[in-house]
Amino acid sequence: MLNKLQELKSKSEEMLSQLLSIEEVNDFRVKMLGRKGEITQLLRGLKDMAAEERTEAGRQANELKARLEELINGKLDQFKAQELEKRLAGEKIDVTLPGRPVHRGAIHPLSRVAEEIVEIFVGMGFSVAEGPEVESDYYNFEALNVPRDHPARDMQDTFYINDDILLRTHTSPVQVRTMEKMKPSLPVKIVIPGTVYRKDDDATHSPMFHQVEGLLIDRHITFANLKGCLMHFAQKIFGEQVKVRYRPSFFPFTEPSAEMDISCVICGGSGCRVCSHTGWLEILGSGMVHPRVLECGGYDPEEVTGFAFGMGIERIAMLKYGINDLRMFFENDLRFLSQF
Amino acid sequence: MGVPLKWLKRYIEIDWTPEELAHRLTMAGIAIEGIEKVDDDAILELDLTPNRGDCLGILNLAREVAALSGKPVQIPPVPIKETGEKIDDLIKIEIADPDLCRRYSARLVKNCQVAPSPEWMQECLVEAGIRPISNVVDVTNFVMLETNQPLHAFDYNLLGEEKRILVRRARNQELLTTLDDIERTLDEDCLLITDGKQPVALAGIMGGADTEINDQTSDVLIESACFWGTNIRKTSRKMNLRSDSSIRFEKGTDIDGVIYAANRAAQLLQDLAGGQVVAGVADVYPQPAKARTIRLRPERVNFLLGISLEGQEIKDILDKLGLKADEDQGDFIVEAPSYRPDLELEVDLIEEVARLYGYDHIVPRLPEGDTSPGGLEPYQKFRNRVRELMARNFYEVVNYSFINPTALDRIQVPVDSALRSVVKVANPLSEEQSVMRTVILPGLLGNIADNLARKNKDLAFFEIGAVFYPTLEGLPEEVLKLGAVVCGQRESYWLKNNLPMDFYYLKGVLEDLLQELRLPVCRFDPIVDPSYHPGRAARISCDDHEIGLVGEIHPRVLENYNIRFQACALELDVKTLFALSQPRSMKEEIPRYPAVERDIAVLVPLEAQASDLLEAIQATGGALLKKIDVFDIYAGDQVPAGKKSMAFRLTLQSTEKTLTEAEVGLLIDTVVDALQSRFGGTLR
Repeated sequence: MLNKLQELKSKSEEMLSQLLSIEEVNDFRVKMLGRKGEITQLLRGLKDMAAEERTEAGRQANELKARLEELINGKLDQFKAQELEKRLAGEKIDVTLPGRPVHRGAIHPLSRVAEEIVEIFVGMGFSVAEGPEVESDYYNFEALNVPRDHPARDMQDTFYINDDILLRTHTSPVQVRTMEKMKPSLPVKIVIPGTVYRKDDDATHSPMFHQVEGLLIDRHITFANLKGCLMHFAQKIFGEQVKVRYRPSFFPFTEPSAEMDISCVICGGSGCRVCSHTGWLEILGSGMVHPRVLECGGYDPEEVTGFAFGMGIERIAMLKYGINDLRMFFENDLRFLSQF
Repeated sequence: MGVPLKWLKRYIEIDWTPEELAHRLTMAGIAIEGIEKVDDDAILELDLTPNRGDCLGILNLAREVAALSGKPVQIPPVPIKETGEKIDDLIKIEIADPDLCRRYSARLVKNCQVAPSPEWMQECLVEAGIRPISNVVDVTNFVMLETNQPLHAFDYNLLGEEKRILVRRARNQELLTTLDDIERTLDEDCLLITDGKQPVALAGIMGGADTEINDQTSDVLIESACFWGTNIRKTSRKMNLRSDSSIRFEKGTDIDGVIYAANRAAQLLQDLAGGQVVAGVADVYPQPAKARTIRLRPERVNFLLGISLEGQEIKDILDKLGLKADEDQGDFIVEAPSYRPDLELEVDLIEEVARLYGYDHIVPRLPEGDTSPGGLEPYQKFRNRVRELMARNFYEVVNYSFINPTALDRIQVPVDSALRSVVKVANPLSEEQSVMRTVILPGLLGNIADNLARKNKDLAFFEIGAVFYPTLEGLPEEVLKLGAVVCGQRESYWLKNNLPMDFYYLKGVLEDLLQELRLPVCRFDPIVDPSYHPGRAARISCDDHEIGLVGEIHPRVLENYNIRFQACALELDVKTLFALSQPRSMKEEIPRYPAVERDIAVLVPLEAQASDLLEAIQATGGALLKKIDVFDIYAGDQVPAGKKSMAFRLTLQSTEKTLTEAEVGLLIDTVVDALQSRFGGTLR
């Protein structure tokens, strides 16, 4: 009996090593361990044996059975792994082909930059205010300290609808509109994105363009605050390395007035074509809100002060994205739009 | 304006290089936009702000340099040797319209020798961009550039016999031939200088040809006056005639400087043209300007600027600017010089202090105190969200809000449509941009046409922008629209499953958008709109609110835009979308019992509408019917003529139990019965 076991062991190991597929392994399992399998038969024969022999033979037979099970499972795992490997090898695709398009579209660079500018000021606690594009002469000019016949009206060539109504030449009319709505509460802290119009159409002017305006009125707002806020803005939108400078300027609705320049984003300040070799780029106009404007808005200029600023979104977008032709914003050429 | 540096140096010593000078002036608010080098000189190109017209006078520019360098300004002395004759015997001046002419003064210089002016003066003028003519004319120009006071020289002997100057409004249709030999037709808003009978100059703008200085001139009457800028500006525009003189009056001149300018010109004519100056200045000045005094509070300076200057430091700055300041209880009472009409209020002086102190010396500081939360309102956030969602499938465009009125013809807006009532621009740049749009579609169709012309294809654009409706009074109504247009295929792709961007594509994207924006279920009803294909357009509504429309563009409209492919568009009202948008919330429990799917196919008349069938099925199916999908539509040989087969997949589910086969069967039978009775549909 023990010899028979030994024989079976070496025979089955021999057979196992010659198996070539999962099917063959399964057949082998049936042949050895199935209900009519050789090991099963052998175990059944145990009952005819003498008790003392039976114990030892039984132990060895079970050992053999366990051993075979283990070998068979090992073989199966090996073949399964090989099979998977083969399948995967056949499933290779060209991963360099383009992906299936899901969405194709983009936000216009002007909207994107406007939103970015607004976000920076919202981060400083500004709210967003808006106003009509077709505006009254009063809000566009008179309430901003530009009476009729004021020479400053020459600064902005205006499209008129009639004597009293015009296409707003800047987003500034929303200043007094908002003040009227909010008075006497403080602070008035708004940022105003919008479409504006000027009668000018050439390589560097579009009759319709976009601005972002800002206004902060409170009990103690200083020129130093204006510089602080705008410097923060410049560094957020053009990067921490950007330098700023302020030059005295003139706007009828601010006094003192200042223009803010940033160090040229193209050459870093060493001088190039974009900055006309000055190293500086003018990006926004600003100033302390003129007392007459505060009065028009219903605030007492002795009680409150404020600053205001305004910038062209096209200008910022051109500098930020390296766009050198203003007209591209309004041509809406797919080859342009799809780059943003 | 170009200022020759050598000329500027006639009045002040300057140690700085031209570049350094330009930089310092620019940083003090007198912008120098360029330096032109000529021979041994440099010309500063001034880019003045409108409030600083005074710096069109080189002497005033010298005052700015003095404020920066601390060096004194040397105002040229005007030593005149007067003759025995008295001016008042030789000329009578009257001002009929003192509102338009606040001051008129004149000097008379006799026996001048008209000849070329000396080289130094010619050089000055040429460098400043003015053509030398003769010593007499050159002197008037030279003094104008020097002092900013426009002057005019008349040939005294060519003035009428009365020897009189009458400043009055022109009569309607009155004629005057100006120095440029153009005969001008005037009206009552134009101010004239006359000799009592004939007009001799268009006040403040240009002299008349009849009294022009010529080779034979010997006696010269120099006019030095102050005209009202606004009137000069209006006349100058009306006549389309701008001169160095009118530009200066428009920006404001120094009313108290007229005498110095007249004297300076007389002195130069005496020195350069051998003229003999008649004694005295004829001067009519009905209401002399009062001295302007402004209170300047040092603490206000510091408060507004966010700095801390001592009173004395402020005083030093005022001194440098040549502003006379008296102390009064710790404040300064500042006298604004007549050559600085821009200084009116305390803030104007604060700006003077700030720009001389240096804007760059003010330390930036973020505002303190209340921190307001700020942020966007729900509607503003909603619009941004719409933009983001649209930008997944479309490229955003920005079109002009003004359009050509013929665009309304191109999109076939009927003549009696309310959309024909437009807000017109009174002074448009061109017909192309002459009315405010009432529809958003034309711009988008133009974008398709332009892109196709540039060989761009497979186009999908959207725009969010206002349209404008006129109102009876006041401002027009501005309504924000979302428009989108598609033309071509979804995307060329190597897998070749290209999707045409047709009506159903656009509708699908739209439904996706409406769902993302959390709108309740919307209706799509057939609509006939002249811009769209009569059988392929739908009005979109929700309850009683109209949201907009979607459809295939009418072939004739496509033709009008020269678009040779099918295109589809949608136009939605953004505010209505916002009003209908619901907050996100969990609508129902997830059912614990299994769902059952059943397919039915019915034969219905060809014209039957899916929405009607779906509604009928849902109404009959009731609460157990969770979902209906249309999964097949067939019309053709396999079904009778005039009929189509529509196949639906019904998903049934109860929240309370597992539905039995019998219950499902019964429900399906009821649905089929209902379809049969309403649409004559037979089960297939």
